[in-house]
Amino acid sequence: MKRNSSLFVSILVVLTLLLTACSGGNKEKAVDKSETTEPKAGGTLIYGRGADSIGLDPINVTDGESIRVTHNIFETLFVYDDKLELQPKLAESYKVSEDGLTWTLTLKQGVKFQDGTDFNADAVVFNFERWMDPANPYHKGDFPYYPFLYGGFKGDPNHKIASVKAVDASTVEITLTEKTAPFISYLAIPMFGIASPDAIKKYGDKFYEHPVGTGPFKFESWSRNDKVVLKKNENYYVDGQPYLDEMIFRVIPDNSSRLTALQSGEVDIIDGLNPDDADTIKANSQLSLIERPSFNTGFMVFNTQMAPFDNVKVRQAINMAINKKELIDAFYNGYAEVAKNPFPSSLWGYNDEIEDYKYDVEAAKKLLAEAGFPDGFKTELWTMSNPRPYLPQPLKIAEAMQANLKAIGIDAEIKTYEWATYLQKTGEGEHPMALYGWTGVMADPDNFLFPNLSNTNIEKPASNRAFYNNEEFTKLLQQARVTFEQEERIKLYKQAQEIFHQDAPWVTIGHTTPPMGLAGYVQGFNAHPMENDNFAEVYLTN
Amino acid sequence: MLTYTIRRLLMLIPVLFGMTFVVFFIIRAIPGDPAQVILGQQATKEAVAQLTEKLGLNDPWYVQFFHYVKGLLSGDLGESLRSSAPIKDEIWPYLAATLELSLVAMFIAIFIGVNAGIISAWFQNSWFDYVAMILALIGISIPVFWLGLMEQWAFSLELGWLPSTGRENVRDPVEVVTNLYLIDTLIAGRFDQFGEVIRHLILPSLALATIPMAIIARITRSSMLEVMRSDYIRTARAKGMRMFFVVYKHSLKNAVIPVLTVIGLQVGLLLGGAILTETIFGWPGIGRYIYEAIGFRDYPVIQSGILIIATIFILINLIVDLLYVAIDPRIKYN
Amino acid sequence: MPVLAKRENETNELQLEEAVSPWREGWKTFKKNKVALVGSGIVLFFIIIAILAPLLAPYGINEQQLSIRNNPPSSEHWFGTDDFGRDIFSRVIYGARISLWVGLVSVAGSVIIGCFLGIIAGFYGRWIDTVISRIFDIMLAFPSILLAIAVVAVLGPSLQNALIAIAIINIPNFGRLIRSKVLSVKQEEYIMAARAVGMSDGRILFHHVLPNSLAPIIVQATLAIATAIIEAAALGFLGMGAQPPQAEWGKMLADSRQYIIQAPWTVLFPGIAIMLTVLGFNLMGDGLRDALDPKMKS
Repeated sequence: MKRNSSLFVSILVVLTLLLTACSGGNKEKAVDKSETTEPKAGGTLIYGRGADSIGLDPINVTDGESIRVTHNIFETLFVYDDKLELQPKLAESYKVSEDGLTWTLTLKQGVKFQDGTDFNADAVVFNFERWMDPANPYHKGDFPYYPFLYGGFKGDPNHKIASVKAVDASTVEITLTEKTAPFISYLAIPMFGIASPDAIKKYGDKFYEHPVGTGPFKFESWSRNDKVVLKKNENYYVDGQPYLDEMIFRVIPDNSSRLTALQSGEVDIIDGLNPDDADTIKANSQLSLIERPSFNTGFMVFNTQMAPFDNVKVRQAINMAINKKELIDAFYNGYAEVAKNPFPSSLWGYNDEIEDYKYDVEAAKKLLAEAGFPDGFKTELWTMSNPRPYLPQPLKIAEAMQANLKAIGIDAEIKTYEWATYLQKTGEGEHPMALYGWTGVMADPDNFLFPNLSNTNIEKPASNRAFYNNEEFTKLLQQARVTFEQEERIKLYKQAQEIFHQDAPWVTIGHTTPPMGLAGYVQGFNAHPMENDNFAEVYLTN
Repeated sequence: MLTYTIRRLLMLIPVLFGMTFVVFFIIRAIPGDPAQVILGQQATKEAVAQLTEKLGLNDPWYVQFFHYVKGLLSGDLGESLRSSAPIKDEIWPYLAATLELSLVAMFIAIFIGVNAGIISAWFQNSWFDYVAMILALIGISIPVFWLGLMEQWAFSLELGWLPSTGRENVRDPVEVVTNLYLIDTLIAGRFDQFGEVIRHLILPSLALATIPMAIIARITRSSMLEVMRSDYIRTARAKGMRMFFVVYKHSLKNAVIPVLTVIGLQVGLLLGGAILTETIFGWPGIGRYIYEAIGFRDYPVIQSGILIIATIFILINLIVDLLYVAIDPRIKYN
Repeated sequence: MPVLAKRENETNELQLEEAVSPWREGWKTFKKNKVALVGSGIVLFFIIIAILAPLLAPYGINEQQLSIRNNPPSSEHWFGTDDFGRDIFSRVIYGARISLWVGLVSVAGSVIIGCFLGIIAGFYGRWIDTVISRIFDIMLAFPSILLAIAVVAVLGPSLQNALIAIAIINIPNFGRLIRSKVLSVKQEEYIMAARAVGMSDGRILFHHVLPNSLAPIIVQATLAIATAIIEAAALGFLGMGAQPPQAEWGKMLADSRQYIIQAPWTVLFPGIAIMLTVLGFNLMGDGLRDALDPKMKS
């Protein structure tokens, strides 16, 4: 038996070693956070993020990680500030004609691209031509956002732009084919960054690897799935800016590893923090925590054309059965507002008079009984397997909701699919209930409501994944689209939200305010609600 | 020998072709539309349809397959759907990262494994033998991803000795030449960064090395025991040659064949099995590249990525087989 | 394929010796092999745990109590609680069911299909053999985890599909084993003679091939269960195996890894459970190999 026992003892020793190692703690040195008011030039900032950019030509990408980088290389004519207000950027001002069709933009003067060429009206025209004309020799790529906003490309029957002309070096005249109230806000979408015509001509379809814009940082190098390096644009038109010499976007796919990298000083800013790890950052005197203002909604759609979810009482009952507050406290660690409307309160038109369904198991059971299901029923709850900005822990949310549903007798089996499959299957309406969400790209309620809830979008593959079909509701949205007076639009959207509340095609869950971790010496950083962070004003105090 | 080599190389062709075919169909059987994923949630139906057409995904499968294979034959690995970059430009950095990690892991596995095996056999039934063999048993039983997590937790989170992710000190990068950072840092003459690169390599390569190390140690030990019992070793011992010399020179030479086999097989596991290790340690390697491509339904990347890994794996095993002959003339080929 | 000329001869000699009473002989050797007994003990231990899970587990697998999230081990919760406030001890116990189930069933599947294909290839030779062997080559050239991921991606993530994927990737190992057995039996002089006078393939199969192959298959299968359990955990870890709220060890690791700093016990115990089970099967497989099939020892 001697051999046996020695084996056991050895295993025990290893286990004990592992276990005792558990009890060790993190040791941190307290450091005084020297608050300097004067921005200081110099240094390298490393941003740790979860995924790599797909390309660096903003007009040809749709993912946030690409835009995060390009937004610092390229600038748009207008820009949304941190408060979601429109501000001029490369343009100085605009005028719109009486008929609302001709828009005259006055451009900033003395701006140069990073390759030394001039930014002027011709450059703007060149960019528009490249974006909109499939026959243009530099129209290489997919340009996904262009037809999304302007109804198609040049030559398509619904194309909204009639002409783009340079009146003089600093004046551009854009003529539209129909009245488009939010035209200026289209120009603020970061995909429409103005690129250097010379660079586009030089690099052709390799432009996505050699981006040249007017922004505070110029592109240096990109090693895929690892890092993108940007260098200071010495000739940036704002005096003294940017303060940083260098900016590196580093990919660390795993959330916990990214936090570790921040703690050990390998990176200076991280996003995609696990909500539960926020406390780790708070407890660390060398780090600081900021919350990104919310601009998204996480929700669960009912397939309203599938029994029993075609019954409004069932939907309302489930709305009462989900303990949103507890979900958010546990799995967002509080880094989310409880959602009662389809879009966040930071956006105009939000209807705060709506009273959310109260968490009430008894009332929910009663309503379910009224709907004809006193003993509940069996169904499926679908979820995507990968975290999304609006649902940082989709599987866990699903598990907790499953327990909530169980309490009113609904036996929901969880089904997970990874993102691509999920988009397809939910678009085809195969789901009874499915977690979903939306991140806004424009500060306009239409961007949240129309794709997700209008009955013009229920034809499969549908973007209205609740297959919510309410003519009155859709009419309100359509009316708001062609209305110019802001007050009137707000009224229409508020009305729409009331109908939405009554019909309960979703269980709205939360608007996340994703926490980010910063090293204490990073100053001047403002988290942009749409994640269009600009690092021109960021400086380091170490 | 030459005809054997040629025959083996010719046999590669149907295998690789068959594999291309299989991969081609498997990944197209996965639900999900590349165009939809590339364009994102906001995309309109029309935009998705347009892009699908543009990417050639509406063509019949045989047209798509023919195009791909035709490209392959002219040395073109295709273009990534999501970045529209040619895969042959895109893939090398990933492959280099994985090669660097795998080679270091293999080196650790062979070095420690062979030596532990020899010493265990040498001092059979000693405490070292027991401990080493128990560790080896645990080594082949441990899930790599759990080991990786535990390493990260102990050595980087709790003790803070080693970096938890990445390949180098990003703050002070070295110019990339070969994408093998151990070499790049030396080319640049940056020995400080060379040390950093090694520090970054330790945890992931140890995790990755564990299983092959354990297997190599076990095999080395048992083949050593067999060899050491043989007459000529006994004679050598009796003649009073220095034991150490005897062991290393004579026995090792005979034990090398089974060890070589294991190494050949393990290289394949390292290349493919690196997915989990790469995910945990944020290593920008080819396993993750392919895994992410599956998420995006980036068909050409998945196809070419797997093809490259498999080719390397098959070639290494061919080399191992050829090495047998060089080492042991008793081996014949049929 | 290279052939070790010397070994081949040894093999045949041993085979004849063994034919006397291999099983009794094997059991004797196995009993003497203490490491193997320890391994079998561990396996038995987990099997008992799996069977008695409902009796042993103090809590249900999905008894959520969000007020006690990530609590450290205590007298109520021996292994602590996870981020849903669920008892990790209970979940680890139930996890044994899933892992053993996946291990045993997937390997059984691989053995059956692998043997079937291997026998066909071995007996019928010619193009059928070529096709099947090339398919095995192709499958073996794949990084196995990638193949499993792809299969699960096609079928959709679930425990059952993970099981199927694991079964598929292990088929060629058994197929090749049986095929080579068939070929070597067919080469025996007495079999060639018997075939010449009209002995049927079925008879050869049941009286010569299978009895000869059982031992190596059992050994290989035991070791394959160990690998299958790790592979299932890996798929679970990648979110492609068991679905919530199932308590699968790999999935428990994936769910808890983000709490590794605050609550290391959530990651520690499922990992130890995987390791011990796999260790048990590995030890047992080693012992079986020494006992039943000494020539397999390299």
